[in-house]
Amino acid sequence: MSSEIALQAVDLVKHFPTGSKGILGRPDKNVRAVDGVSFTLRKGKTLGIVGESGCGKSTLARVVTRLIEPTSGNVLLDGVDITKTSGKDLRRLRRQMQMIFQDPVSSLNPRHSVGQIIEMPLRVQGLLDEADSIKRVKELMQLVGLNPEHFNRYPHEFSGGQRQRIGIARSLALNPTVIIADEPVSALDVSVQAQILNLLERLQSDLGLSMIFIAHDLSVVRHIADDVAVMYLGKIVEIGPAQDVYSRPAHPYTKALLSAVPIHDPSERGGTGRIRLVGDVPSPIDPPSGCRFRTRCWKATDLCGAIEPPLQADASGRIVACHFPEETPVTIGKSPE
Amino acid sequence: MFLFVVRRLFFAVVLLLAVSVFTYLLFALLPTDPAALTCGIHCKPETVLANRIRLGYDKPVLEQYWQFLRGIFVGRDYGLGQTAFSCPAPSLGYSFNQHACVTSLIGETFPVTAFLAIGAFILWMIIGIGVGAIAALNKGKWQDRFATGFAAVGVSLPTFYIGLLVLFSVVIWFQILPFPSYESPLDNFSAFITAMILPWLVLAVLSAASYTRLTRNGMLEAMNEDFVRLGVAKGLRLRVILLRYVMRQALIPIVTIAGLDFAGLLGGAIITESVFSLPGMGRMSIRAVVDSDLPVLVGTTMVAAVFIVAANVIVDIAYGFLDPRVRVSS
Amino acid sequence: MTENSVPVLSVQNLRVSFDTQDGTVHAVDGVSFDAYAGETICIVGESGSGKSVMASSIMRLNNSSTATTEGRILVKGLDVLSASEEEVRGIRGSEVAMIFQDPMSALNPYFTVGKQIAEAYVVHHPGASKHEIHDVVLAMMIKVGIPSPEKRIDEYPHQFSGGMRQRIVIAIALINNPKILIADEPTTALDVTVQAQILDLMMSLQKEFGMTIILITHDLGVVAEVAQDVIVMYAGHIVEQSHVDALFHAPTHPYSWGLLGSVASYGDNKRGGLLTISGSPPSLISLPVGCSFHPRCAHSKGEGSVCMTDSPSLRSVGSDGSRSACHLADDVLVSVGRRGFRS
Repeated sequence: MSSEIALQAVDLVKHFPTGSKGILGRPDKNVRAVDGVSFTLRKGKTLGIVGESGCGKSTLARVVTRLIEPTSGNVLLDGVDITKTSGKDLRRLRRQMQMIFQDPVSSLNPRHSVGQIIEMPLRVQGLLDEADSIKRVKELMQLVGLNPEHFNRYPHEFSGGQRQRIGIARSLALNPTVIIADEPVSALDVSVQAQILNLLERLQSDLGLSMIFIAHDLSVVRHIADDVAVMYLGKIVEIGPAQDVYSRPAHPYTKALLSAVPIHDPSERGGTGRIRLVGDVPSPIDPPSGCRFRTRCWKATDLCGAIEPPLQADASGRIVACHFPEETPVTIGKSPE
Repeated sequence: MFLFVVRRLFFAVVLLLAVSVFTYLLFALLPTDPAALTCGIHCKPETVLANRIRLGYDKPVLEQYWQFLRGIFVGRDYGLGQTAFSCPAPSLGYSFNQHACVTSLIGETFPVTAFLAIGAFILWMIIGIGVGAIAALNKGKWQDRFATGFAAVGVSLPTFYIGLLVLFSVVIWFQILPFPSYESPLDNFSAFITAMILPWLVLAVLSAASYTRLTRNGMLEAMNEDFVRLGVAKGLRLRVILLRYVMRQALIPIVTIAGLDFAGLLGGAIITESVFSLPGMGRMSIRAVVDSDLPVLVGTTMVAAVFIVAANVIVDIAYGFLDPRVRVSS
Repeated sequence: MTENSVPVLSVQNLRVSFDTQDGTVHAVDGVSFDAYAGETICIVGESGSGKSVMASSIMRLNNSSTATTEGRILVKGLDVLSASEEEVRGIRGSEVAMIFQDPMSALNPYFTVGKQIAEAYVVHHPGASKHEIHDVVLAMMIKVGIPSPEKRIDEYPHQFSGGMRQRIVIAIALINNPKILIADEPTTALDVTVQAQILDLMMSLQKEFGMTIILITHDLGVVAEVAQDVIVMYAGHIVEQSHVDALFHAPTHPYSWGLLGSVASYGDNKRGGLLTISGSPPSLISLPVGCSFHPRCAHSKGEGSVCMTDSPSLRSVGSDGSRSACHLADDVLVSVGRRGFRS
């Protein structure tokens, strides 16, 4: 079983100190950006992480890759805990795990040619000599659908979609086994989004990559993910196979989130049973007691305020953190086919 | 907000203490013997020794510092018997070169500096913000190019050069004004104005240059803000948009810098005062450097530090009033 | 329904260009359409399609020093483009109001929200008493769904969440009961659950106030939710204008067709492979000769064909009342077929 797991996060926590009190002004509060998150990424599969802004999904990506240090918790990559390694071992582990960022403009150094950008990870890890690395760069450019002849050009000479391809080529330079993509298409136009999504899918199946795909756009995640985790205020409220989560959401928040996605066909207008959440997401500095979703939940009772529901399998095997999980399947917003 | 002010004031006091320690330490560690400077080259060793004891320079540095600090709050007595004299609180020491308490020396020179600073400050704010605003409203046109040119020239020209140039041309060549000779405004107001008008203008025009830049850029940036576009979309008049929307935003960085610049001037406009022979604190400081008049230097440094630190506190608090986002989050 | 009445807004052959260091950017290049009372028109397009510039032109909000605007925009019989500043100011906020994309930056951070809503009212009601203003503002805050408005009226924008700020912006827009509401990507910066709230609010307020909504968006989901008529823009041109059902079921322009196919739908089967439009949008400084879309078009007939030589004009196509700017619109309609793009 464990051989099928590419990456495992165990009870990850990341708190950012904030606020100040008293004459010396020491921080006295924490933004609880990620507050006890566990999941497993299966080999060769895609785990989608969805949630609204402020739910902690981007912080989670950075903690998993150790771009920022977790407050506590563990990340196991192929069974090795990367939170406990350092130096050479960490560098070797990082090679296996690469990130794709949201903004293709700001994540590329404008003064480096595309060739240099893609080559950089090879150089940093000191793997190839010059001739080999140019060959590798051209190979990678071909792989992501860029013209290899353009390796001398600079990022500003490329369109947004092509820049994201450059970012993808760079992340693939070291033959990683795990890709963490943080909102990789949300800065792109719709028609270009589709190109990048198709590319990621093709690369994943060709290279056997395992991928964590973080996005706020539920449709995009549905399209690409095998498993889906739904986050709310620093915690996963529901996790499971995409098919289950999307067609029969068990957590009220998942249900509301899906219900809020705009329809894809005007003929579905005026469908009944759409759920409209009231209010906004509470502050992650001072989250509600018990279940964090209870302030916006139509099912909340006193129990929800008193006891925080653990993320665990319910009677039907669905993994959900709710005292009163949904049982009825959602039909609204689904394409008729 | 209250807590914020208290914390800010607390840090200001700590900072001032640190400045006083540092200044006094420099003073004590200098190779010059302050007692030897109290009388001329033909001084007898006994006189030097007597003066040393009288001024307390025989004590350990720490105790000297303590006496200095104490003097600020309760005043200070020097010597005993016939030769005894005292500098009342707040005492910043005694200058042997000038045979006077430092505090009273500062008391004489500070008004000159203050008048210079206030006058120049008002002028430069009007010129700087005015020219900057005209430039921003006429972006790309000749007014803008003129203002940008003015700013570039003003920022790069040194005060002593322009000061002397103006002094020579206005006073000596064209003889439009008499040579400036400072008089208190209470005694002779017109002589006061005659003496101050050139230093005011020179200081104002040169300092205005950076304000022109700040205002222009701040306004142009603000004009691109969505909330300014929403103001236009509401149907508001241009004047209202400029004042309530654009200027309000552009002024915030200006207030910060203006506060610090003004405080810096209050510590003495050394070059301007020297060029125009104004008997201000800046000129006194520079003379104290030349004469190794250490007590005066320590005193003026402390006064300048108080202004800078106070300006920082005031600017921080003013920020809270200008920007509600700072007010609530603190 | 309102075909015979006078349009509340008529845009006629609008051209907007900007002078930049690299050359002249033709942001809007000959756009015409009419909007009637109470309808919702969605203007769809990707970045650089000219939709936002077009929208700002309606209130003459484009930077006058760099933008050159030609054509006519009639609001209540007034040509906005040639009217005096004072005349335009008279319709801004009273006849035509606007909602911007980012509610975080659309409100003046230095004044309370109550003051900002009041400001919009007072400028068009100069004689209003303090008491009246307060009541009107409070009533509007209640209408847009701000909880405990008596308390929040004196708060500053940064004390509100994104969704609440967008409600305040809507309150400002509707305080003078305008005939036309222009909403430029009003929900793009918001989370999906908040987006749903804001769209619901806009639609219910439209029922109450009866204004025409011109909603600019890149999100076809939003179009499917709210539009009656849809205008699809590409590279400064209208390429298709259709009823929303016609657009989704039988698009008449290859670009609309590609756009619809590009959208990942959560009802899709996984690994379906999205339909894509190859390449990326053209530079607005030097547009392709002929049809601007031809370099990316799967239907284009290659070298020397009409697609490469003539710029297509908008014409009626098919039986749904759609208008398309494609030389081959009838062929496209046949080959796409009804709902063909789904498979």
